[in-house]
Amino acid sequence: MSALAQPAPGSRLHADRRYRRRRLLSRAVEGISTLAAALAVAVLALVIVSVALRAAPAINLDFFTKDPAPFGAPGGGIRDMIVGSAILVGIASAIAIPLGILVAIYTTEFAGHRVATTIRFALDILNGVPTIVVGIFIYGLLVIGRTQSGWAGALALSVVELPIVARSAQEVLGLVPRALHEAGLALGLRRWRIVLRIVLPTAAGGLLTGAVLGVARVAGETAPLLFTTSIFSTFGTPTNPGEALPNIPVEIFSLSESPSPQDHARAWAAALVLVGFVLIVSIVARTFNERSRRRLGS
Amino acid sequence: MSATTPIPSRRFAGARVPLSDRIGEPAFRALCALAAAVAVGTLVWIAETVFDHSGTAFSTFGLGFLGHTTWDPVKNHFGAAAFLYGTFVSSLLALLIATPAAILIAIYLTELAPRIVRRPVAMLVELLAAIPSVILGLWGIIVLGPFLTGHLEPFLRSFLSWIPLFSGASSSGYSMLNAVLILTIMILPIITALTREIFATTAGDLKEGAYALGATRWEMIRMTVLPIARPGIVGAAVLGLGRAFGEAIAVTQVIGNATQIQASLFQPAGTLAAQIASSYQSANPGLGQSSLIYLAAILLVLSLIVNIGARLIVRRFQRGR
Repeated sequence: MSALAQPAPGSRLHADRRYRRRRLLSRAVEGISTLAAALAVAVLALVIVSVALRAAPAINLDFFTKDPAPFGAPGGGIRDMIVGSAILVGIASAIAIPLGILVAIYTTEFAGHRVATTIRFALDILNGVPTIVVGIFIYGLLVIGRTQSGWAGALALSVVELPIVARSAQEVLGLVPRALHEAGLALGLRRWRIVLRIVLPTAAGGLLTGAVLGVARVAGETAPLLFTTSIFSTFGTPTNPGEALPNIPVEIFSLSESPSPQDHARAWAAALVLVGFVLIVSIVARTFNERSRRRLGS
Repeated sequence: MSATTPIPSRRFAGARVPLSDRIGEPAFRALCALAAAVAVGTLVWIAETVFDHSGTAFSTFGLGFLGHTTWDPVKNHFGAAAFLYGTFVSSLLALLIATPAAILIAIYLTELAPRIVRRPVAMLVELLAAIPSVILGLWGIIVLGPFLTGHLEPFLRSFLSWIPLFSGASSSGYSMLNAVLILTIMILPIITALTREIFATTAGDLKEGAYALGATRWEMIRMTVLPIARPGIVGAAVLGLGRAFGEAIAVTQVIGNATQIQASLFQPAGTLAAQIASSYQSANPGLGQSSLIYLAAILLVLSLIVNIGARLIVRRFQRGR
């Protein structure tokens, strides 16, 4: 080996230099990669910190518990928006979560391979439909010729939420061990009993976190609400979904378009409430989700 | 155990199935099938409604709508060309920044990061996608906009003003550039998450083989990870593009909603989705409203093409594995 691996001194120097250059390039790519990851995390931190800093002066107990002040008057809270958003997201979830889980049960338990694949594909495509187009869909369906309403807004949100809930439920149900099914069949149970008594309880944790992630996602959606529940009275706290309901995302949107600094302050404070809710819920749900999936998968 | 115990169930002996099963089984099955039909039907229903309500504009302008740059509600003359231009330019530029960045972050997360920080960093990057777009837009107006006009735009102009994209005066901070950067932030986590998953599945023995040949880490990545992941990355990028096409809120907040085409990135522009969103208070019945829904119909078709394409690419990749 030593006889073979003895190159001329000049070429060895050359190879050495080339190796150093290759190593340098590799180090450079590693450095840039690390930098890119750091930058992405920094952007997240930057957005959260700017929201928190700018919102801090406006946040106090009154801000959450009071209705907005009459036009031009100081003070006032965002209770109307919080209540309105809760109603809209609540109705949307009451539609989308059961429907989404039923769709997932159909594809994982009842449908044949072909049909299941087609439905999965359709859900992915539905998930890819721009949310503003979903807003226009409900606008054309329910608002044109009538008026805006909480029902219309909630329905638009549910169209956005449905594919999210259904896809995550499909994944979770797919993780339920086949052996459990087979045990049920061996006991002479019918499919629907297996689903209701064995599959759903086993997957309950994963289904719940998936649904919660769907809720967090639509809580921040603005586009489906712009054409369906954006023109509301800013007086008191309306709770009837038959009329347009004030809500946090649309309010931040319209306040952000305003030139007045007071409006911006209000927008930042509302943004902190929204981003706090969405991030905390997302982090908690994701952590639980990973855990319950790992438990199911093992 | 006594082997003589008879099988206790009546079900095996005779044809008697409990009433609850005879009703419950088909009823539950039908309920699930109905839910699935509603989900798939919604997709068709969206298309039907959107096309239906754009009928007035379609019969007035026809396909020429796509080529006209005027958007004049006063004269009742509408065309989508400026918004098509804005949609493509903003989305493609965002994709041009986000895809390499996503690949680099995925390399960091799968090959470089210490095991303890992998999960947290991956989750933080994905949380970027959880920030509601309206908040990102607000941030874009008030924080990013002034930074762009004050620092980044003069800097770019001093080096690159010979390219029309980077020439011309700064506007008030509402600009195409602002929209591009906000879109980049929005699609980066999506592309990163998919790319990371694909990288993580590259076979370990291939990597070891590359190392055994004396490859440096980057050469190993270039020789094994990237070629295998390429179709998946393309699919991920196209999905990101679909997302960028359809983003209405954050873009309309920062892009300035101009209705004409301007070469400079420092000037306001408009996109299909942003134009729809910005007109939410002025959508009066008639040709204007119908034209707005025509924009939505174009957007729907674009997003269908992009999403179906991306899913087919990703699926073929998954099946090939």
